[in-house]
Amino acid sequence: MSAEERWRRLAALTPARIALGRAGAGLPTREVLRFGLAHAQARDAVHAPLDVAAVRAGIAGLGLATLAAASAAPDRATYLRRPDLGRRLDEASAAALAREAGGPVDLALVVADGLSARAVHEGAVPLLAALVPAARASGWSLAPVTVAVQARVALGDAVGAALRARAVAVLIGERPGLSSPDSLGIYLTFAPRPGRTDAERNCLSNVREAGLKPDLAAFKLHWLIAQALTRQLTGVALKDESDAVLEGPAPRPALGAAPGPG
Amino acid sequence: MTYRHVVGPRSWVFADLAELMAKASPPRSGDRLAGIAAGSAEETVAARWCLADLPLADLLARPLIPYESDDVTRLILDHHDAAAFAAVAGLTVGDFREFLLTASSATLAAIAPGITPEIAAAVSKIMRNQDLIAVARKARVVTRFRNTIGLPGTLAVRLQPNHPSDDPAGITAAILDGLAYGCGDACIGINPVSDSVQGLTGLLHLLAEVIDRFAIPTQACVLTHVTTTLAAMNRGVPVDLVFQSIAGTQAANASFGVTLPILREAHEAALALRRGPLGDNVMYFETGQGSALSAEAHHGIDQQTLEARAYAVARAFRPLLVNTVVGFIGPEYLYDGKEIIRAGLEDHFCGKLMGVPLGVDVCYTNHAEADQDDMDTLLTLLGAAGVTYVMGVPGADDVMLNYQSTSFHDQLYLREVMGLKRAPEFAAWLAAMGLADADGALLPGGGAPLLAAAPDLAA
Repeated sequence: MSAEERWRRLAALTPARIALGRAGAGLPTREVLRFGLAHAQARDAVHAPLDVAAVRAGIAGLGLATLAAASAAPDRATYLRRPDLGRRLDEASAAALAREAGGPVDLALVVADGLSARAVHEGAVPLLAALVPAARASGWSLAPVTVAVQARVALGDAVGAALRARAVAVLIGERPGLSSPDSLGIYLTFAPRPGRTDAERNCLSNVREAGLKPDLAAFKLHWLIAQALTRQLTGVALKDESDAVLEGPAPRPALGAAPGPG
Repeated sequence: MTYRHVVGPRSWVFADLAELMAKASPPRSGDRLAGIAAGSAEETVAARWCLADLPLADLLARPLIPYESDDVTRLILDHHDAAAFAAVAGLTVGDFREFLLTASSATLAAIAPGITPEIAAAVSKIMRNQDLIAVARKARVVTRFRNTIGLPGTLAVRLQPNHPSDDPAGITAAILDGLAYGCGDACIGINPVSDSVQGLTGLLHLLAEVIDRFAIPTQACVLTHVTTTLAAMNRGVPVDLVFQSIAGTQAANASFGVTLPILREAHEAALALRRGPLGDNVMYFETGQGSALSAEAHHGIDQQTLEARAYAVARAFRPLLVNTVVGFIGPEYLYDGKEIIRAGLEDHFCGKLMGVPLGVDVCYTNHAEADQDDMDTLLTLLGAAGVTYVMGVPGADDVMLNYQSTSFHDQLYLREVMGLKRAPEFAAWLAAMGLADADGALLPGGGAPLLAAAPDLAA
């Protein structure tokens, strides 16, 4: 086997950029451009504005009411520098949510741009489409879905509190990697109110077609919400054991391993 | 005590040393986020005038965080070498800058134990980038385990073969690629996905097998929490280097789940293994500006000064390697290429001035206003500054940590333009393997001798 063939086989063992070849000390031109494209896609994912109207229309297509909200960060440059502002509602949004709030509900859903609008454009509606029928079957009452811009995860605490929700699930664009500009994160918080910490949330990450697929993510989220509403908590004390449900009951021990004298 | 500087009709007043240090800092987003940055460009320079007039002895006498409430302050003051400090004890911060620019390498080495992080940070704030480079280049720190790191004219590289699921075959493939590019003399160091003792054990055995099989004069490290590494050592797993992320305040270290006694315990356990034939520098630390603010443990102190305090923690354990992960934490702490470049040079300077073997993870995330060109600039400047080591990540794209660092190719570039050699023992190994010539230039053939020596690994 030639060295090139061996390197080709090694490269198939990892998504890392190995066996790239070189031109002097530099990369071959194709690799410079391939990297440049991946970085450009990640950058565009960070800076592309969320198409709020399209996202709301997509969610409305699932038969859900929607609301729009904005954080206290007025633009992307401020958003990137001031995480504290991205965690608070701006005054107009706070007032609007207070007006819209009805009686207590089981669950508020927040769709937030975070660091990748692309992840929301591509992933939010498929996720909700898989989740909502299961949520209805469980009999949970839902607040209108809030579509939020310049939002950090903790903005969901303010939204959930304003909408009087027992739990809030935030679907948010994650910090894009070079190979994952379209990754959605989901954060579930029981009894949301401003001041909750990350240790009080459960997270599903890397939700995308090439990662944790939306259907499976929705299944896991539904499991977590059910647990949260029953046990009245989220965070480090609630472990995601939904895989056990997927795999079915543990296999019975083989005869030879049966306890006690035979 | 208040500090005052008059500019024309305006009198600038700074309430205390912490405010003076923060406002003298070159602008960065983390200090703004903390609400401690200067309000104008003129205020920044007024603070620098005040700082330049401050005696170094005052910096020693007025701890920014009280001795009673912070064990990092206690470490700094209890370990302070008054004899080494004596040579500069009568200088102001401004005088000290000029002293450094004229000092020899031997003088810098002699005063290092007398330099506190606050002194290093203060003088860095009135230094331009070229000052930071010129002084750091003269301050050499040499450490040893299975090879010799930090000799003048050398640059080492940490081979970083991370994999998104810790897959042994994928990690091995990246190690072979990195070795073929002449990377790995600083260490072969994996950031694992899993923090379990079981996962750590498997990866440490994998690294030990690769190092033994090719008889590579380098050291292995799996960058997991110090308590996990301690548990592995107690089970007899082969640990070369103990890793831990550290910060500049007791509370920030607590947020990492680490205390000075835990570090001491791990240091002693690693020393007892006696695995380094050439030396007993057994610790590897990582740091980064903004970690204390991120943990809400910053005491109103600017992030660059707190970063230098982390080097005082490192220094107490005679580490083989320390690196600042300068652009990793995000744009809320260092916003763009300019802020990342400045911070990388400051961190490297402060570490070297304090006698710490500082490397730099020249890196950025995709939400920072930075790109490969900024990293090329910082890498080149650090090469001129004599940086101890940099990272070698395949194609600069870390597929586990989702950030961009320096690549196997980047270190080749830096060696070529700066004439930098590898650790001598590692260079001799590359030559013996037929991977590089006696001068260190890679031989053509794409690492074929390495593959030929391990047909099963490359099958």
